[in-house]
Amino acid sequence: MEPMRMRATLQGDVADIKLLINHPEETGLRKDPKTGQIVPAHFITNITATVNGKKVLSAQWGVGISKNPFMGFKVKGAKAGDKVVVTWVDNKGETQTGETTIGS
Amino acid sequence: MDALRRNILKNAGGVGMIGLAIGAGLLKPTLALADWNKAAFDAKTVPEAVKALGAVNAAESKEIIIKAPDIAENGVVVPVEITSNIPGTEYIMILAENNPTPLIADFDLTNGAMGYVAIRIKMGKTGPVRAVVKANGKLYTAAKEVKVTIGGCGG
Repeated sequence: MEPMRMRATLQGDVADIKLLINHPEETGLRKDPKTGQIVPAHFITNITATVNGKKVLSAQWGVGISKNPFMGFKVKGAKAGDKVVVTWVDNKGETQTGETTIGS
Repeated sequence: MDALRRNILKNAGGVGMIGLAIGAGLLKPTLALADWNKAAFDAKTVPEAVKALGAVNAAESKEIIIKAPDIAENGVVVPVEITSNIPGTEYIMILAENNPTPLIADFDLTNGAMGYVAIRIKMGKTGPVRAVVKANGKLYTAAKEVKVTIGGCGG
């Protein structure tokens, strides 16, 4: 599995956090053009983010998230050096965690 | 976007020790499939989806800004940014009203997370992108029409 790509920058006391996940995000509606068979659903269902261990974001995602998902969010009261940890799990039980440090 | 991708590549912390620990079975992921509201995500209409999430009777608000293209050439990837300027915003839900299942995602925001999310969504056809926001326990909503040239729900 390719690592999650993350970037966290600071504007004043607001951290701007962006991340990219490598994931097929299959809806379960798409047919494989070669075989004509339905490609089974495979999508992220839950994603959470913490800053220095405190939960800042907890999301449920459905099949409407684009392939290789991008997410951005902002956290007030952050400072340079704070650790951001993001974890997702998908409908097959696969999971991945990424972390980065808030830059100045 | 290419510059962003490069920067993200350069700065990424990768999977990290926690990911390795989970992979090795040392830590159980804190997320569970049970946390996923199947009824809401399977709902075929907006009223059914918001009802399943207990978010009915939201008041229209101009304090919710939805940034999305007026025309999306390709519904496979439609960038959407929701900004809620309502003080105390603690929750944001995103729906694409004319998708086969309209609920895209919802976000609980805590411990300083601001009323803002950016995400890329699939849209099957032209229609409103709707946000529902909870702030201090009250519900607010806004929508923006996005014209989709090529639908993106097969992919």
